[in-house]
Amino acid sequence: MNRLAPAKNEGFAGFVLWSVAAFIVAVFAWLMADILIHGAAQISWDFLSTAPEKAGRRGGILPILVSTLLIMGVCLLAALPIALGTAILLAEFTPEKSAFGRMVRRALDVLAGVPSIVFGLFGNAFFSVYLGLGFSILSGGLTLACMILPLLIRTLEAGLRANPARDRLAAAALGLSYGASLRHILLPGAAPALLAGLLLGGGRAIAETAALVYTSGYVDRMPGSLLDSGRALSVHIFDLSMNVPGGDQNAYASALVLIVLLFIVNVTTAGIVSRWRKTGLAI
Amino acid sequence: MLKILLLFWVLSLQIFLPQHTHAAGKEKTHLVLTGSSTVAPLVSEIARLFEDSHPEIQVDVQSGGSSRGIADARRGLAEIGLVSRDLKENEKDLKAFSIAFDGITIILHRDNPVKKLSNAEIVAIYQGKIKNWEKVGGHDAPITVINKSAGHSTLELFTAYFKLKSTEIHPDVIIGDNAQGIKTLSGNPDAIAYVSIGAAALEAELGTPIKLLPVANISPTLENVQNGRFPIRRPLNLVTQKKPTGWVLRFIQFARSKDVRAVIQEQYFVPLPE
Amino acid sequence: MSPCRSDRNLVILLRLLSAVSGVIVLLIIAFLLKEALPLFQTIGLTRFFSDASWHPTEGRFNIRPMLAGSFLISFGAMGLAAPLALFSGIFSLYYAPQKGARFYQGLITLLAGIPSVVYGLWGLLVLVPLIRKLQAPGASLLAGILILALMILPTIALNAHAALLRVPQALIRGAAALGLSRGQIVKRVVLPLALPGISTGIILGAGRAIGETMAVLMVAGNVVQIPESLFDPVRTLTANIALEMSYALGDHRAALFMSALILMAAVLVLVVAAESIEAKTVYE
Repeated sequence: MNRLAPAKNEGFAGFVLWSVAAFIVAVFAWLMADILIHGAAQISWDFLSTAPEKAGRRGGILPILVSTLLIMGVCLLAALPIALGTAILLAEFTPEKSAFGRMVRRALDVLAGVPSIVFGLFGNAFFSVYLGLGFSILSGGLTLACMILPLLIRTLEAGLRANPARDRLAAAALGLSYGASLRHILLPGAAPALLAGLLLGGGRAIAETAALVYTSGYVDRMPGSLLDSGRALSVHIFDLSMNVPGGDQNAYASALVLIVLLFIVNVTTAGIVSRWRKTGLAI
Repeated sequence: MLKILLLFWVLSLQIFLPQHTHAAGKEKTHLVLTGSSTVAPLVSEIARLFEDSHPEIQVDVQSGGSSRGIADARRGLAEIGLVSRDLKENEKDLKAFSIAFDGITIILHRDNPVKKLSNAEIVAIYQGKIKNWEKVGGHDAPITVINKSAGHSTLELFTAYFKLKSTEIHPDVIIGDNAQGIKTLSGNPDAIAYVSIGAAALEAELGTPIKLLPVANISPTLENVQNGRFPIRRPLNLVTQKKPTGWVLRFIQFARSKDVRAVIQEQYFVPLPE
Repeated sequence: MSPCRSDRNLVILLRLLSAVSGVIVLLIIAFLLKEALPLFQTIGLTRFFSDASWHPTEGRFNIRPMLAGSFLISFGAMGLAAPLALFSGIFSLYYAPQKGARFYQGLITLLAGIPSVVYGLWGLLVLVPLIRKLQAPGASLLAGILILALMILPTIALNAHAALLRVPQALIRGAAALGLSRGQIVKRVVLPLALPGISTGIILGAGRAIGETMAVLMVAGNVVQIPESLFDPVRTLTANIALEMSYALGDHRAALFMSALILMAAVLVLVVAAESIEAKTVYE
């Protein structure tokens, strides 16, 4: 890789860089240790399998976990077909310079930059009020779907582009239609990217707070349908730490659950990507 | 690949469908209540009782300040608005139903040695003219002034009673819900805040390190709110746009009935006179 | 390759799906405008800057304190995080032992995924009380800057790392063959070449910083004022929206949508700036 031999009199630069790295690791170790120590004391099977009581001071987070997963499910389910279609179009059918492709790309860049609270406002005005979905898991999930589109499309497009050109040519030589070569050759080739994209998008979705407060709302009971309001895990942490005296311990425990979920997502994604690199493809 | 995709969709449908059919099987009627953050916790408890005896009803409570309660009731976004004050002149198009009474009082951290503050001192603190606890009998520490954000009637009643303009208040921290104020104060021994008596007394009971101060030498007890001696007193109202009928009427009747007296007292509010 | 008929239908379907992203962008702008327009028509743009204060329920709409809050917190955080992130990238590519670098980079990737609300929680329960010991009330501009810096550090570090990685190996080997030391290679070869990529990463980080809501809201105290010191509480544009949206009505609600438009415009400017730098990036 980039290993270079150290020279004699660069001790100072090396010292600065090592201390910066040590500082960064130390601060984050402090943060993680704080959450791990406070959170782990609180977590038990009961915590994961019971409903919150007394505004979350006591009891667990079961309905909140269910709402979180439902919001994530709606989000991925809504975003996937759109993302897949766009990625296929951008990767397979659009020349670099075409006006339509450029417009779509520009739109995605803008979408990637929109702050999450603005997504929240938009989701509230459009899904909750204009479409009449109210404060609901559906509103929240759809708002998040808009938010993760750029991420999902970028991953899928990279996966499709990584298919070697000879596969496309071979398919064409056999007289396969685009549709058929897509279905039998290109999409299977991009399957790991699809999975990685879904995981990344899901990770982004469960980490989100600001876009959900005014779309999926605060109600912390078990949702009966997708039109019920449901409190996401991150919203729960926010509420416990800001609004509930004596809620800190359960906030820590919920934060730990969230971090563990994200850690699993991260490690799985990294695993998929590295296996995929080994088989000769690159993102 | 397509199969994997299809499988994914089918699986997800499997997850979602039973819920839909379940919901369609016994469609629940939703009552939506929004508004005052002081009333919301109380109404949530009342709603739980109501749901227990009427399983076909689901009551959703969202808090956000009295102004929102008024607006949502007017626009029909909520069946019932929650308002923790009397209706104003320009709000008389709405119907109000009181369910309980509450007061607003000053709270300090339990470790703060200050036992009471005169009205003039409170005004001076909120105007930023007194900046240190030393001046009012405490130890040498800067005062952290906690103020409510606009749109909450707790703020309106507080400023009205102390004849403060919201523009002349110099806060150090802005809070929304009562609970947020209590939480902020419990973590900062040098802070001062004003909140609903009900919320504060409930938190003190749960062990949160706060204490309630008298206002104009009247201690903030339920009796003093009940007999009207406590100066900052207000009704907790349910408001509707039209004359209530059906489930809305039944819920309002339930919230004003004897069945909920115990709940109201548990939350440190004053029930309606019998 | 000439598309057959079924392909033509496929392309039409794909184009429709691709158009959705564009439609969403248009919808966002349309709905922000629709909600903000009534106020814009009655009071115009100038009053957002010339009014005496922010008391939206009394018809006063000065958003300058929030603009100042957003600006100070974001730039403070960038000022702290950007150099650290750059050093972190150089460290893991050129100075860390191979295994250490892998671990270190993995850690940074993991940290980039931690939700902002977790940073906010830690800031609220650990950092704010520490700052309060220095000077009350604790929830302050300083707390906001520190938490935001911590939060965006991993993202910028990842971007910086990627930008450094794109510098062609041949140039580095050539420089090493000429007998340049590690420090000289980094300073005179790698950094100048990677600079556009690094700047893009920093600008995108600034976009994320300005748009961040929850972590800042939890630690900054949220008082509407232009701060006089690092220990004064401040409110950002984003926190203002999150705090007041729940009870905002009429003109007040419109004013919040207005500030969302301003926020979006600021982020757009940053995205375009980042793109124009990126477009100039030529390594060959």
